[in-house]
Amino acid sequence: MNTPVFTVSDMSYTYPDGLTGLQEINFTVMPGENVVILGVNGSGKSTLLKIMDGLYFPSAGKINAFGEPLTERRLQDDEYAFAFRRRVGFLFQDPDVQLFSPTVWQEVAFSPLQMGLPKKEVAERANEALSALAIEKLRDRIPYQLSEGEKKKVALASLLALDPEVWLLDEPTANLDPRTQDWVIEFLLSLTDKGKTLIVAIHELEVAEVIAGQAYILGEDHRLAAQGRPKEILRDEELLLRANLLHRHRHFHADLEHRHPHRH
Amino acid sequence: MHRKNFVAKTLTGLTEAVKRAVFAEHYARLPGLLQGLDPRGKILTFLALLIATAVTHRPEVLLGIYLLTVVLALASRIPLVFFTKRVWLFIPLFTGAIALPAIFNFITPGRPVFTLVTLAAPINWGPFHFPGEITITEQGLRGAVIFILRVATSVSLSVLLILTTEWARLLRALSALHFPRVGILILGMTYRYIFLFIKVAEEMFLARRSRIVGRTSTREQQRWVSARLGFMLNKSYNLSNEVYLAMLSRGWNGQARFLDDFHFQWKDAAWVAFTFAFIFLIVFFAS
Repeated sequence: MNTPVFTVSDMSYTYPDGLTGLQEINFTVMPGENVVILGVNGSGKSTLLKIMDGLYFPSAGKINAFGEPLTERRLQDDEYAFAFRRRVGFLFQDPDVQLFSPTVWQEVAFSPLQMGLPKKEVAERANEALSALAIEKLRDRIPYQLSEGEKKKVALASLLALDPEVWLLDEPTANLDPRTQDWVIEFLLSLTDKGKTLIVAIHELEVAEVIAGQAYILGEDHRLAAQGRPKEILRDEELLLRANLLHRHRHFHADLEHRHPHRH
Repeated sequence: MHRKNFVAKTLTGLTEAVKRAVFAEHYARLPGLLQGLDPRGKILTFLALLIATAVTHRPEVLLGIYLLTVVLALASRIPLVFFTKRVWLFIPLFTGAIALPAIFNFITPGRPVFTLVTLAAPINWGPFHFPGEITITEQGLRGAVIFILRVATSVSLSVLLILTTEWARLLRALSALHFPRVGILILGMTYRYIFLFIKVAEEMFLARRSRIVGRTSTREQQRWVSARLGFMLNKSYNLSNEVYLAMLSRGWNGQARFLDDFHFQWKDAAWVAFTFAFIFLIVFFAS
């Protein structure tokens, strides 16, 4: 039987200022699954992804990655940390956070270089990632010269250079024009075709429906409100209304009042 | 036309800062003499020229090195007006202010060149002694010229190196020359994020301008700017935390690694040989 990628048990997280981030979360992600985490801003989606990437650590409960506890102490060991980071990649919501190197090429080469891969392999991986995303022409550009769409592509290329098994993606389609949004969705689908595990935090229901095999809904109380097949979950209007992912829209056609649920 | 207010001036300054940086990167990509050289060789030779500039006491040597920077700027397709403006704009303001008092006999005694004022009697004022005649001395003039030439030559060398080397390549070259790597990483990230903050600041100023009608007092503008500074500090703190997490996520373990793709060619060897020969000859003939 396959070892789960992540097993999250009774996990809660409290921010250093005392605010609740997550409450009693339980779920398991199996290899090759595509999971979307739906929830409004502030529900804890990004925090959950950061915990899965070993950047934050649970205040209560536990998280296992690839069958082993994912703890701060273990990640202090370079050998374990490198092995984990080679298997799990994280796309930050704000590309300006992720693109911290002076040029695009250095950005894409950053991870393989940090992991201690031979220099020749680092260069090959970086070049291949740029060419896979058709952004070779951006190679020597400086991040502040890039458009939002280009920044997102460079951020994805920087993960592709490591080719991780698990992709944690925080709002990958946010603030993008429709064409780039479609391109990102196609790119994510190509990853699922390669058998990668995708865990995507998102609040756009339409995008979630296209990429998800499993959907988790985080409520405004920072608890997991529901989990299951997207077709069932995304049709449950009452659930979506409760999670504030739908709202009752009221408008008029001449004198006739019309009410219907409206998606964000 | 009314005078620009405090906030508008700051906004213009921010936009100018970005323009200057973009122009600098543009020059670094031109197919000129210095742009085509290996940055490691360039750093070493410019360092040697800087040392020669710092230790020499002969104005002829300083003038020779300064003229070399002008020739190199022309050979590297840097417009002379742009280059000299960058160097000489601040020199009268800062260096001139320091050097000016040194030309008078009450600071640097010596052979008088020009008498300015004849006093009725010498004056003692605090630590200063003013003789009966206030003059400009030959020794004072020589000291001031050397000082100004030294600063101008040093600034010219630094400006030329930065204008003809892309920032990213300059940092990689420093790393290849075994400069402390964490320091280089911090420099790189500072340069990267300063533009992000300039953009945020520019947008804040524009947002304010779009909502202001008529004139506001300087005091109000200063209060607004100080509040925004606090906001920016908070934002930069949060961003630095997030960037650190992004670095951790991609394998950062406190050890900076760099990949250089430099090739030291015959033209680089020729450049290094020329520079050292130039320094030797100019020092030899001037002494």
